[in-house]
Amino acid sequence: MNTIAETRSKSLLYLENVSVSFDGFKALNSLSFVVEPGELRAIIGPNGAGKTTMMDIITGKTRPDTGTVLFEDTIDLTKKDEADIAQLGIGRKFQKPTVFESHTVWDNLELALNRDRGVFGTLFYRLSAEDKARIEEILDTVRLTHRAQEYAANLSHGQKQWLEIGMLLAQEPKLLLVDEPVAGMTDAETVETAILLREIAKTRSVVVVEHDMGFIRDLGVKVTCLAEGSVLAEGSIDFVSSDPKVIENYLGR
Amino acid sequence: MISGFILRALEGKIVVAIAVLIAIAILVPVLNLLTPPDSALHIPTYAMSLFGKYLCYALLALALDLVWGYCGILSLGHGAFFALGGYAMGMYLMRQIGPRGTYGNPVLPDFMVFLNYKELPWFWFGMDWFVVAMAMVLLVPGLLAFVFGWFAFRSRVNGVYLSIITQAMTYALMLAFFRNDMGFGGNNGLTDFKDILGFQVQADGTRAVLFALSALVLALCLLTASAIVRSKFGKVLVGVRDAESRVRFLGFRVENMKLFTFVVSAMFAGIAGALFVPQVGIINPGEFAPANSIEIVVWTAVGGRGTLIGPIIGAVLVNAGKSFFTGAFPEFWLFALGGLFIFVTLFLPRGIVGTIQHGFKARKALKAAADAEKGRGDAQTVAQAVQAAE
Repeated sequence: MNTIAETRSKSLLYLENVSVSFDGFKALNSLSFVVEPGELRAIIGPNGAGKTTMMDIITGKTRPDTGTVLFEDTIDLTKKDEADIAQLGIGRKFQKPTVFESHTVWDNLELALNRDRGVFGTLFYRLSAEDKARIEEILDTVRLTHRAQEYAANLSHGQKQWLEIGMLLAQEPKLLLVDEPVAGMTDAETVETAILLREIAKTRSVVVVEHDMGFIRDLGVKVTCLAEGSVLAEGSIDFVSSDPKVIENYLGR
Repeated sequence: MISGFILRALEGKIVVAIAVLIAIAILVPVLNLLTPPDSALHIPTYAMSLFGKYLCYALLALALDLVWGYCGILSLGHGAFFALGGYAMGMYLMRQIGPRGTYGNPVLPDFMVFLNYKELPWFWFGMDWFVVAMAMVLLVPGLLAFVFGWFAFRSRVNGVYLSIITQAMTYALMLAFFRNDMGFGGNNGLTDFKDILGFQVQADGTRAVLFALSALVLALCLLTASAIVRSKFGKVLVGVRDAESRVRFLGFRVENMKLFTFVVSAMFAGIAGALFVPQVGIINPGEFAPANSIEIVVWTAVGGRGTLIGPIIGAVLVNAGKSFFTGAFPEFWLFALGGLFIFVTLFLPRGIVGTIQHGFKARKALKAAADAEKGRGDAQTVAQAVQAAE
């Protein structure tokens, strides 16, 4: 068994005893959670288990009342805001696909590209050959090459989800947080998305929140089950789904 | 770097608009000065000055479009930046009167003598220099926008709350400028101007130059605005308008983006005010009235927000309508304005230019789809032809 210090020093993302409450409601209750570099992790749990709140805390949208949130063992995320955290290399996909509808697919990716994000850097930005190649590569990864010049508003729901994942890739994050990527997708799209996420996880850590148990099985990774703001069980999908507490709290209902 | 920034601005419609503005800047003064008064082509001086006033309003609407149309900040206080630019120009013009005022005081403007000022207030120093006054035209609105925006955007004040505090800002300034002890002429404001850079303000030649300058400055600001919105920065702005949190999570500092745009826009408004004052001959606290700022929003909405050219057309059309209505049926103008706003909101939500542009885009998309169908056939025939040739 590893000591706590060892786990922490090797972690990419480290949450310990994180609590936050809104108007007396404990959204997170001393939650501890570790993601290692290069890991693909799935998170399940009933509604109100604190999945989205956890993502809000990691990305700087919400500040925890107590607890430690560290990135790469040394960076305290509770002291940073959304833009800082994004620049550190944490990307986030929302539950509802959020892309820039009045921009083309290409422009959406160009904006997401990990380049100078200052006022003057963007005012005088010119598309370099290198950036062009990178965007083309991402278009290929998320299977949108044929729709590059189309407005994002005209994409199907599934394609918008993929475009948003593509934008996260363009950000070149070390950690990707993905909230319900297959909600509202067709079965074929769901299978494709699982392949896509596994591909992405080869080069970075990915945390996926999902309700779709079939999809989690497709991913075939370590699963964390949250309930009432803390971790209920952690392990393989078979291990977690046979846990009586998980069945009672989540699967059984 | 800079050349690329400007070149990108020169998109079709913008080139046409700039060419039209340059043509107007040359033609109207020529027709005013060089044709005899009885000629059919003659443009009377009052008409030229009136049109010059519309061009200043057009620049003001362009300024609002930059923040509202592209960044989603509905400012209901842009009249304040316009009035501040106007006051800076007015202060310069007041100092040019010199000993020719009613009281003949070589330093103090008439209203200060009347109010028993013993010496010039500190903020009037240097305003007799044109260069200083012109710097103030940019700096004062810019600084106010910077301080206001710094706090508002950092605290993430958005939507209707932001609109209300911009409205409160212009209202507060109006009340302040109405006070005699502010040192800006109180109720009466600044007027009775004589010279600008040694030329008589009322002379036909000066008026023609002021008119030409209004058109040229509008063209220059249009070019700048176009360069901004067509850069990557401009695309980020549209992103802020449509999905602000997405922009934040991509790692952009939204507050800095908004602040920069707000300051540039306030400076445009200040320039518009400075061009306006010598052409109408007066600036008073009424320019800070909240209703004025709301009218700017109507011009922009009528022309089409987020199009740059639309607000220019909207400002000219609505103000031409206002001149006509207030002359012909003075009691109906406000009804007409209200009716127009309701009509545009209900039936032309994109505004005049926005609706036309959208129509073109839809036709282009249809045509592209048809071409793609046909193109598949063409590609095959070409491929066959190539094979046959080999």
